Amino acid sequence: MSLTPPISTTLSRRRLLQGTAGAAGLAAMGLTSEQARAAKDLTVGFIYVGPKDDYGYNQAHAEAAAMLKKMPGIKIVEEEKVPETDDVSKTMESMIKLDGATLLFPTSFGYFDPYMLKMAAKYKDIQFRHCGGLWQKDKHPMNTGSYFGYIGMCQYLNGIAAAHATKTKKIGFIAAKPIPQVLINVNSFALGARSVDPTITTSVIFTGEWSMPVKEAEATNSLIGQGIDVVTCHVDGPKVIMETAERRGIYSCGYHADQSKLAPKGYLTGAEWNWITVYKQYIADAQAGKPLPNFTRGGLAEGFVKMSAFGPALSEAGRKNVTAVKAEIMKGGYSVFKGPLKDNKGNVVVPAGKAYPETAIELESCNYLVEGVVGSTS
Amino acid sequence: MEAIGTVLLAMLAGSLRVSTPFLFVSLGECLTEKSGRINLGNEGVLVLGAMVAYATSYETGSPWAGVAAAAVAGLLLGGLHGAICSLARVNDVAMGIAIMLAGTGIAFFLGKPYVQPSATLLTGIPFGFWSDNAQVRNALSVCPLFLLGIAAAIALHWCFNATRVGLRVRIVGDSQDAALALGLPIDRTRFLATACGSALAGIGGAFLSLYYPGSWNEGLSSGQGLMAVALVVFSRWNPINCIYASLLFGAAGALGPSLQTVGITWGYYLFYAAPYIFTLVVLIITARGGRSLRGMPGQLSIGR
Repeated sequence: MSLTPPISTTLSRRRLLQGTAGAAGLAAMGLTSEQARAAKDLTVGFIYVGPKDDYGYNQAHAEAAAMLKKMPGIKIVEEEKVPETDDVSKTMESMIKLDGATLLFPTSFGYFDPYMLKMAAKYKDIQFRHCGGLWQKDKHPMNTGSYFGYIGMCQYLNGIAAAHATKTKKIGFIAAKPIPQVLINVNSFALGARSVDPTITTSVIFTGEWSMPVKEAEATNSLIGQGIDVVTCHVDGPKVIMETAERRGIYSCGYHADQSKLAPKGYLTGAEWNWITVYKQYIADAQAGKPLPNFTRGGLAEGFVKMSAFGPALSEAGRKNVTAVKAEIMKGGYSVFKGPLKDNKGNVVVPAGKAYPETAIELESCNYLVEGVVGSTS
Repeated sequence: MEAIGTVLLAMLAGSLRVSTPFLFVSLGECLTEKSGRINLGNEGVLVLGAMVAYATSYETGSPWAGVAAAAVAGLLLGGLHGAICSLARVNDVAMGIAIMLAGTGIAFFLGKPYVQPSATLLTGIPFGFWSDNAQVRNALSVCPLFLLGIAAAIALHWCFNATRVGLRVRIVGDSQDAALALGLPIDRTRFLATACGSALAGIGGAFLSLYYPGSWNEGLSSGQGLMAVALVVFSRWNPINCIYASLLFGAAGALGPSLQTVGITWGYYLFYAAPYIFTLVVLIITARGGRSLRGMPGQLSIGR
C-alpha cells in the first residue's frame, strides 16, 4: 500500500499540466495559426550508419531527408554515424521521447534485429520502417516494415555505358562482400556490357569490407594495371575509387549517389538511389492518417532508383543505347537474367526459356558470377 | 609468366604506394620508444594529420603547407601526450589510447566540412620516365614524402649512433639510473622525443590524404597507425629496419588485390591477412632463445 501514486501517473499528470499550460500560453500570446500548427507537425527521425556526406549510401538517404525538410508540416531529426549496436536503440529512444518522432527510418541493415524490433515492441504507437529486405509478415510486428530498391537494372545500364567506352574490352568491378545484393549488381553490370559486345570481360575484386579506402584504391590500381579501362563498384563510399580512376585517366560509372563531380572527365553515368519517392509515400500516408505499408519495393520503373546524367565521355551511340534500354525497363517487367545463362564455371544458372525479373525470388539467393566475369565468390 | 610479372610489379608499386604512412609512424614511434616511452596515440595523430593536411591544402591551395600543418598538429598532440605522461603515476599505454581516441575524434569533428571538397594533392616524381610501359611508369611515380621518409630514417639512425643528442635519448630510454647519474633531463628528453615522434606520424597522415589514396574521409587510416606501432617491435627499434618493414608491409598489402586481377581468386581473405601472418612468422622465427626483445629500450613500461 503506497500513499503516493506510481511514478508513471505522476509523470503523465505533470506532462498533461504542462500541455495545458502550453496551450493556454499559446492562446494568451495570440500566436498565428501557422505557429500553432507547428506543434502538430509530423516528426520523422533518420538514422545513418556513416557520415551524411560520404558520396555514397548514407548521402543518398540524407539527400532525400534534406528534400523532405523543405516540405511544410514536417520536422526532420537526424543522427549520423550511429553504430549497429545498442547505440542505435538509444538514438531511437531519444528521438521518440525527446524529439517526439512518430515515424523512424533506421537506414542501415544491421539496425533491424534486435535493436529496431525491441524498440518497436516497446513503443507500439511509433512507426518504424527499415531500409533493407528483412521484414516478414508472420514474424515481425505491424508497426515495423521494410523498404528497398532494385538497383541492379541501373548497374545493367552502367554496363551498357561501360561497353561503349571501353577500348581494351576489359572492365572492372570493386565489390565489398559476395552477398546476393552485391552479386546481382556485379552480374547485371557484366550482362549489360555483354549485351553490347559479348567479348567484354568484367574483373571483380572483393575487398572484404564495406569501407576500406586504402584497399579500394589499391584494388582500382591493380585493375588498371591489368588493362581495365572502365570501373564501377559496390562499396559504401565510392569517393576514393572514382577519384583514383579519374587520376589514372580511365572511365568510371557511379554507385549509390551522383559522383560526377569527383570524375568530371571520366564519369560515364551512374546507378543512384532515389529514396525521396519512398519517403514521400510514407509521409503522405502518415499525414493522411492512413496505415503505412509494411513491405515496399520498387525499381527504376517505380522511381526508387535513378541514373546519373550522362558524362561528357559517353559517346552518342552509347547514350542512345542506354536511353533505349532504359525506356524498355520503364515499361516494367524487364528481365536481365534470361536463360540460357551460365555462371563463370560453366554451370547453368538460369535454364533456357526462363527469365528472372528484378522481383524474382530466385535472385534473392544469387550466389554465382555469370559467364564473362573474372573472379570468384569465395 | 606474364601473370607473375604483373603480380610482382603490382607488389613493387604497392610497396612504394602504401608503405609511406607505415614508415613515418614507425619512425616516430621508434624515436619515442628509444626515449623509454610508448605512444599508442600515433593512430590518432595519423588521422588528425591526414585531416589537417587535407583541410590546409584545400584552404591555401598548397599541399606542402598541408604537410607542414600536419607535422605541427602531430607535434601538439604528441606534446600533450608527452606532457601528461611526465606527471607522476601516469600510465603511458592507457594515456596513448586516450590520445588515439581524442585525435580521431577531433579529426572527425573538424574534418566534417572537408569530406566533400577536393584539395590540391602532392605530385609524384616520375622515376619511370625511361620506360614506355604505362604500368612501370605509374609504379615508379614516387611521392616526395617517401624519399623524405627514407632520408629521415637514415638521419635518425645516424643520430642515434653518432650524435650527442641521439646518445642522450638512448641513455634516457635504456637506463633511468644512468641518466640521473649523468644529470640528463629525463622528462624533458622524453617530452621532446614524444612530440617530435608524433610530428613524424602527422606527416604520415598527410601522405594518406594528400597522395595515396589522396582524399579525406573517416575510414582513411583503418588502423595503419596501430600496425606501425607493432612494426617498431618487428624492426627491433632500428630506423633502417623500419624502412624494410614498411616496404614489406606495403608489398604484402598489395598482394590480395593483384592476385585477384590475374585470376587467382580463391582465398582472398587469406591473402589480405598476409601482412599479419608474415609478421607472426617473422616474430616466431626471431624470438627463439631469449633473443625475443633484443634491442628494446630498457625503460619501456611494457618491459619493466
